[in-house]
Amino acid sequence: MPTDSAAGRRSADNLWKRFWGRHNDRAGYLFTLPAGLHLAVFVLVPILFSVYLSFHEWTSPRFLDAPFVGLQNYAKLIGDVPFWHAVKNTLIYTFVSVPFGMAVSLFLAVIVNRRIPGINVFRAVFFLPVITSWVAVSVIWITLLAPDGGLLNYLFGQVGLPGQHWLDSERWAMFAIIVITVWKGAGFQMVIWMAGLQSVPTEILEAASIDGAGKFRSFWHVTVPLLFPTTFFLLVTGVIGGLQVFTPMYVITKGGPLGATDVAVYHIYKRAFQEFSMGYASAQAWVLFGIIFLATLIQLAYAKRRGESALA
Amino acid sequence: MAIPATGVAPSVEDLARRDRKPSVTSRPRKAKITLWSVIKTLLFYAMLIFLAVGMLLPFLWMITTSLEPPGTAFSYPPKILPTTFDLTSYRQLFTLVPFARYFLNTLIVTAATVVGQTIFCSTAAYAFARLQFIGRKALFILFLATMMIPFQVTMIPLFLMVFQLGWVNTYFGLIGPGISSAFGIFLLRQAFLTIPRDYQDAARIDGASEWTVFFRIFLPLTKPALATVGVFSFMGTWNDLLWPLLVSRDEEHRTLELGLAYFNASASAFQQPNWPLMMAAAVVVLVPVLAVYIFAQRYFVAGISLSGVK
Repeated sequence: MPTDSAAGRRSADNLWKRFWGRHNDRAGYLFTLPAGLHLAVFVLVPILFSVYLSFHEWTSPRFLDAPFVGLQNYAKLIGDVPFWHAVKNTLIYTFVSVPFGMAVSLFLAVIVNRRIPGINVFRAVFFLPVITSWVAVSVIWITLLAPDGGLLNYLFGQVGLPGQHWLDSERWAMFAIIVITVWKGAGFQMVIWMAGLQSVPTEILEAASIDGAGKFRSFWHVTVPLLFPTTFFLLVTGVIGGLQVFTPMYVITKGGPLGATDVAVYHIYKRAFQEFSMGYASAQAWVLFGIIFLATLIQLAYAKRRGESALA
Repeated sequence: MAIPATGVAPSVEDLARRDRKPSVTSRPRKAKITLWSVIKTLLFYAMLIFLAVGMLLPFLWMITTSLEPPGTAFSYPPKILPTTFDLTSYRQLFTLVPFARYFLNTLIVTAATVVGQTIFCSTAAYAFARLQFIGRKALFILFLATMMIPFQVTMIPLFLMVFQLGWVNTYFGLIGPGISSAFGIFLLRQAFLTIPRDYQDAARIDGASEWTVFFRIFLPLTKPALATVGVFSFMGTWNDLLWPLLVSRDEEHRTLELGLAYFNASASAFQQPNWPLMMAAAVVVLVPVLAVYIFAQRYFVAGISLSGVK
């Protein structure tokens, strides 16, 4: 009917005007466009494509030769012992290195968080490993930990401890990488701890000291609880980062010896780009995302139960 | 950053807290200098120096080893401080291995990424902070939500797309995915939100276009935040291994990180590694980042505190 379509056109016109007509709206879209396009092409499309891949048996970088296999990739994954071994290693790496790193960095933050001459130099020194690249750090530590002629075994020998094949032993390789991780990341967390420490009100600390609390008591019972938002932030981001670890395993140990440092991302990388099982590797990537997501949710739930605002 | 951010302007309390002097650091000092307090201070510095030496030892070791004549085995006892000053390894690095090429590649990729990030992130951040348009909130939440998805999920399809586009072994492939980021947009949006509305209104009344307001008023006023985004994307790109590993299959387009990783792999697979050469390579990779760090130290720290405290 003519009247209806005219009305329809009019309302479509109105909508168009509302959408595009206002000067401010137009500018808004134009300013968002470059980043929006980039996000769509390089993030959103790959996410959808990754879901699609995980339901196909994709075995070459070429398009159009991938049979649909439904949930087969996910089913195959359940009995995949090496994958779960890599997941277990990832969890060990994360849940040892994160608390260890947080403790070390809190200690550093407490000792550099005072105004004494030269303290900036120390802060800068502790921060130095943060800015250095993982590959360079890995190569340096490979030589430091070399069984013959490496510095660490020499120092061990000087104090009468037996030297070890740090990086080629199933027993020590993961431990060594965790120590390197803590050394490299402590400065980063130190800066965040310092910001947290500086937000603790002096009045509360003064009140505690008037009540007769010693330095350690007031630190443990006043400062630490007040630092909860910082602690929580470092824990959540640390766990997310830890579960995604790749470079040290790739450069230092190649996942070895005997799979002792094979972690999830390295495992996915090998499946996808060395064996070209891209569909299967995508399914593994989604399982890893599920684990990360679950770990984050558990932590958020914990913070909520404590009744703290989780996000500072 | 996987935390869904609330994305509000800093509250008055936040600002007040920021203005107040850091309280813990400026505790009133005891007036009396006793013997015990002197000893305590000395012990404290001793501990700081001990820790600092522990942190620096790997770097000293790197420099010392790189200055050894090439091909020499480890000396016994190991040397912490350099006693020889042999630059042969550095020369070899640029003659035996195309390290100059790697260096140039890394420079191109990093520069393009930093420029892209500052432009794309700042325009989008300006729109999200200062312009009204339908769907603004939903779009911003979508941007932030993508931070939740780890790179490992998107790297396989991204590689396939880059492969299909014929971008493997090109600068496009290396640069493409990095030129904007939700993190940069979030950080700059926070900065734009702190600028008073009057500035924008006054400029508009004077007849300035939206672009002029953005370019002539907002960008100059948020230089520190821009520098922080620049420094962060510089560091992230310069130090990245995983993506170049996927898209640089030939030597022509290898970055420094990738070159060093391959160098290390081939050394341990085929021959006794040439330690001085390896360490010289590590020095070459680290020096530019160190230089930027020295000049832009406060932006590093600002970026970290912003990502952590906000």
